[in-house]
Amino acid sequence: MSQTIATPPTVRLDSDVLGKPISRTDGPAKVSGAAKYAAEFGVTGPLWYGYIVSSPIAKGKITKIHADEVLAIPGVQHIFSHENVPSLAWFDRNYKDDVAPGGSPFRPLHEPEILFSLQPVALVVADTFELARYAASVLRIEYDVEKHNTDLEASIGEAYDAPRGKTGFMPPPKPKGDMDKAYQEAPHKIAGEYIHRAQHQNPMEMFATTVDWLGDGKKMKIYDKTQGAPNVQQYLMKIFSLSTDEARVISKFTGGGFGSGLRPQYQVFLAVMAALELKHSIRVVMTRTQMFSFGHRPHTLQKLRLATDDLGQIQALEHKALHETSQFENYTETIVNWAGVLYPSPNTNFDYQLAKLDVYSPLDMRAPGAATGSFALESAIDEMAYAANVDPLDFRLRNYSYEDPIENKPFTSKRLDDCLHEGAARFGWDQRNPEPRSMRDGNQLVGWGVAAGCWDASMQKAAAKAVLSADGHLTVSSATNDQGAGTYVIMTQMAAQTLGLPMKQVTFNLGDTNMPAAPVQGGSWTANSVGAAVKDACQGIGKKLLKLAQKMDNSPLAGVDFEDAQFVDGYIRANEDITRSVAIADILAASGEEKIEADGKAGPNPINMLKYSMHSHNAVFVEVKVDEDLGTIHVTRVVNAVAAGRIMNPKTARSQVLGGTVWGLSMALMEETYLNNELGRFMNHNYAEYHIPVNADIHKIDVIFVEEQDDIASPIGVKGVGEIGMLGVAAAIANAVYHATGKRVRELPLTSDKLL
Amino acid sequence: MNSFTLTQATATDEAVRDLTSHDGAAYLGGGTNLVDLMKYNLERPTHLTSLGLLPLTDITSLPDGGLRLGALATNADTAWHPEVEKRYPLLSQTILAGATPQLRNVATNGGNLNQRTRCYYFYDLATPCNKREPGSGCSALTGPNRVCGVLGTSESCIATHPSDMCVALAALEAVVRVQGPDGERTIKFEDYHRLPGDHPEKDNTLKPGELVTAIDLPEEGYADHFTYLKLRDRSSYAFALVSVAVGLKMNGNTIEKARFALGGVAHKPWRDQEAEKMLEGQTASPDLFRQVAAKVFAEAKGYGEDSLHNSFKIELGKRAIVRALKQATEMSQVVNPNVFLNSNP
Ligand SMILES: Cc1cc2nc3c(=O)[nH]c(=O)nc-3n(C[C@H](O)[C@H](O)[C@H](O)COP(=O)(O)OP(=O)(O)OC[C@H]3O[C@@H](n4cnc5c(N)ncnc54)[C@H](O)[C@@H]3O)c2cc1C
Ligand code: SF4
Repeated sequence: MSQTIATPPTVRLDSDVLGKPISRTDGPAKVSGAAKYAAEFGVTGPLWYGYIVSSPIAKGKITKIHADEVLAIPGVQHIFSHENVPSLAWFDRNYKDDVAPGGSPFRPLHEPEILFSLQPVALVVADTFELARYAASVLRIEYDVEKHNTDLEASIGEAYDAPRGKTGFMPPPKPKGDMDKAYQEAPHKIAGEYIHRAQHQNPMEMFATTVDWLGDGKKMKIYDKTQGAPNVQQYLMKIFSLSTDEARVISKFTGGGFGSGLRPQYQVFLAVMAALELKHSIRVVMTRTQMFSFGHRPHTLQKLRLATDDLGQIQALEHKALHETSQFENYTETIVNWAGVLYPSPNTNFDYQLAKLDVYSPLDMRAPGAATGSFALESAIDEMAYAANVDPLDFRLRNYSYEDPIENKPFTSKRLDDCLHEGAARFGWDQRNPEPRSMRDGNQLVGWGVAAGCWDASMQKAAAKAVLSADGHLTVSSATNDQGAGTYVIMTQMAAQTLGLPMKQVTFNLGDTNMPAAPVQGGSWTANSVGAAVKDACQGIGKKLLKLAQKMDNSPLAGVDFEDAQFVDGYIRANEDITRSVAIADILAASGEEKIEADGKAGPNPINMLKYSMHSHNAVFVEVKVDEDLGTIHVTRVVNAVAAGRIMNPKTARSQVLGGTVWGLSMALMEETYLNNELGRFMNHNYAEYHIPVNADIHKIDVIFVEEQDDIASPIGVKGVGEIGMLGVAAAIANAVYHATGKRVRELPLTSDKLL
Repeated sequence: MNSFTLTQATATDEAVRDLTSHDGAAYLGGGTNLVDLMKYNLERPTHLTSLGLLPLTDITSLPDGGLRLGALATNADTAWHPEVEKRYPLLSQTILAGATPQLRNVATNGGNLNQRTRCYYFYDLATPCNKREPGSGCSALTGPNRVCGVLGTSESCIATHPSDMCVALAALEAVVRVQGPDGERTIKFEDYHRLPGDHPEKDNTLKPGELVTAIDLPEEGYADHFTYLKLRDRSSYAFALVSVAVGLKMNGNTIEKARFALGGVAHKPWRDQEAEKMLEGQTASPDLFRQVAAKVFAEAKGYGEDSLHNSFKIELGKRAIVRALKQATEMSQVVNPNVFLNSNP
């Protein structure tokens, strides 16, 4: 075909989809049950089931495993324990995954020593799940019990400065000025100690692995519940000496992660080990109780001191934190640094320590460190504002950091002030009587509280591949993950927008290590990192298409550079004269190519990272109603105003912030894993007793996006909204409770007993 | 879970015979508690006598003016039954304050009476628990025990009976009808559940093989003055920290008859007949309610002061009694304060 169409296409902008509130492309599969999760995949041959046996004690040694009795049960295939585990990689580094903190990673079934309660001590493999579970229940294991210590408050004396070792770990900022002197001399000052105990991520989907043993050497398809298939693959390859072909990890859908799936969990180790040893397909699923046997948000103790001058300007700021870690790893998260980023002060002091307990290593849980730090910091800021007799909202504006006070670097963008203003306007903050106990609704006390939040805008290395087939369908893939965040839809939007194709002509695939590598889904970096890689891949296709268009006879695009061309509604057009256009379908037809492929990649810009400070921010306004006699608290209204760069999809982004807000409420009012120190064991290890909100707990939540133009933090202007929505919520609630009742509660969760 | 056999009984005496002719057998109602316990490997029946086909699902009026609730009627059917809603709204509300619609749709009245405690340790085989394994110790005495009780406890066990429905049945002075190998008998509700004493493994006074066939409600349903106040850690789908079911007969501002019971605080729905008497013939007033509340908790014993431990239930319980009595007298707000109703939605 040589004839090209010269008439301009009618501008429908079907492909102008970025920034639009488009529903999840994976939604129908999820609600109809077509979406398959790790424990739901079928395998080629027969499937065996592994049931994990967990340690009843927190510390000690296994002395005997009565495996023979159980192996005699018909249908029981094998029992794995430290006694017969195959010899595997020796060095710690082989067991380190991308998200591992410093120290020696836990090796399942490696030794008879018990390091934490619920430690996996055996895997019983049988023909059916029911049989494996029964066999596990009658497996007798003898232990030498040793005295454990799981008591953080009793271990303060043994705390030590948090060492480096975890990727992304930021040591506490260096002190400035003279904290003690400034604090002593200041006219207004406050000091407080804050505490919350362990919390567990508790995603709905249990950790599970189905290994499809393909019967071709050591080749396996490993369906795993994870937030990062490539991270799991690398881990398995290093431990079991496997090739990428042999350890193909697939994770198409993840039923919630919240950080729990950042690291490969022990069920994938056990399943792959068993499959390799038995040369058989196998499925291993954790129980809900076992979901409490690995990472959690650590039990943390914090201390803050703040002082201001007579104008309410902060003169002294000190934030100290101490939390638990395991005996084998130094889990770290960033808790105290946020104070330094948000509030300038001439005199500061920061301190961050760990204490080793006989527990499993804590693990990043949504907004790790920041959720913890922000609760204490923003509670203290509120208290300070009251002490200095300044409105808590004004106080934050008066002590606003216009550049990063820790490193004296400019922010790439920061519209927290607009979040505070717009949020306040939407909430009606100007109607607030600042006097505690001054507002009522019938017999309920009403309180209004505010808090701010801050999170990193970060980017990781990511890759993607785009394939445009002759029929005009674009398929883009990257081994990233969608734990419910909306990755499927926003990447489809990014690809459609970049190449000017309607959404229905674009498919985005993820969660398979045969795809180009991507980082684990965490840190709010997926939209930014994978989005930029997808854009890069699609631009690669665009460049090839333009070249092909220019090869066509009398091409209207002759001489047009890629930078001067636009991709809209299935056409490539010249920016200067949009009547100079060629339909992509025609280009494909004319080219005779079966498909066009391009690889894309993206990564952080190290120079920008040195020069700038990159953060997302939010401001949260909360109304509570408190029945003072009974201590019940209802959060009746929330306004959460978020500045996180460009919003790729306001619908999924709003859902992220709604979810974050609900979780902040959950952290404030309900969440807590009860640790019995005598038993060294978490006790409320189920959904009935580990409380998270139900619908009746959630009332009006308003989300505002204050968009930022920011080409430095990200090549696509995106900062990510995965964590930011959660920040500030717990503090805003505690501050509102103070405003309602005059009681300052510094211990979470704010259960009714704390108000009696 | 171990393997087990199952019989679908179609008649009451057949069910009793089936159960008694098998060692280690258990009755299966809706299974919402028993099957969970089997999955946790805490209950290991080798045989189940399923009650699902028994003709015990009816709710019928009794000649003495009362109402008979079949043991196999579901919690949902009971709560929404027109006679129950009209004459025993306290019972209806109480059932609806428990569990979730899904659970209530299958949970039976007989099963509700016999559900086991929610004490964390009872559910975890790795921990000492006298109720699960007599003589092994009680982990809750010193460990986190927010769910546990403060009234009528013993050093062997401080567990609570978790039911909401039973709190209303106690206040309503229901009678439990049972059939066993030796025939039928009735048990007054206050005698049905027991205190832990030295035998916390026994929740109630059923004899081996006895089957609950019905629950009889006396005529008085306190439909004019009642309340169920359930305080819990979230607005629904949580067991009570403290709950109070109240039924009053009022003459103007004078309380003629008072019945109330507490949940979440004891091994059985807690009734204090002396405290009830303190109310009768008196004018309703906050002072009176406070005196009554103080009386109920006079002998209470808490097991630890922080929020993981349950001493707070003593103060919370007193306040709950005062509030519940106020609500029942005034009938102004009979909603659960856990469910927030915005005054300007
Ligand atoms: C997650 C969850 C939350 C819950 N929340 C609440 C709550 O907030 N409030 C509340 O009150 N309840 C709550 N429940 C408990 C629920 O009410 C009980 O599980 C239910 O009432 C039990 O009834 P069932 O018929 O399913 O009993 P089953 O599980 O079948 O049986 C329970 C016990 O009773 C015995 N049994 C059953 N029927 C008879 C009979 N006719 N005669 C003699 N013995 C019998 C069985 O042998 C077994 O020991 C909750 C349950 C769950 C799982
Ligand atoms: S309170 Fe009762 S049920 Fe709980 S651990 Fe003690 S003995 Fe067991």
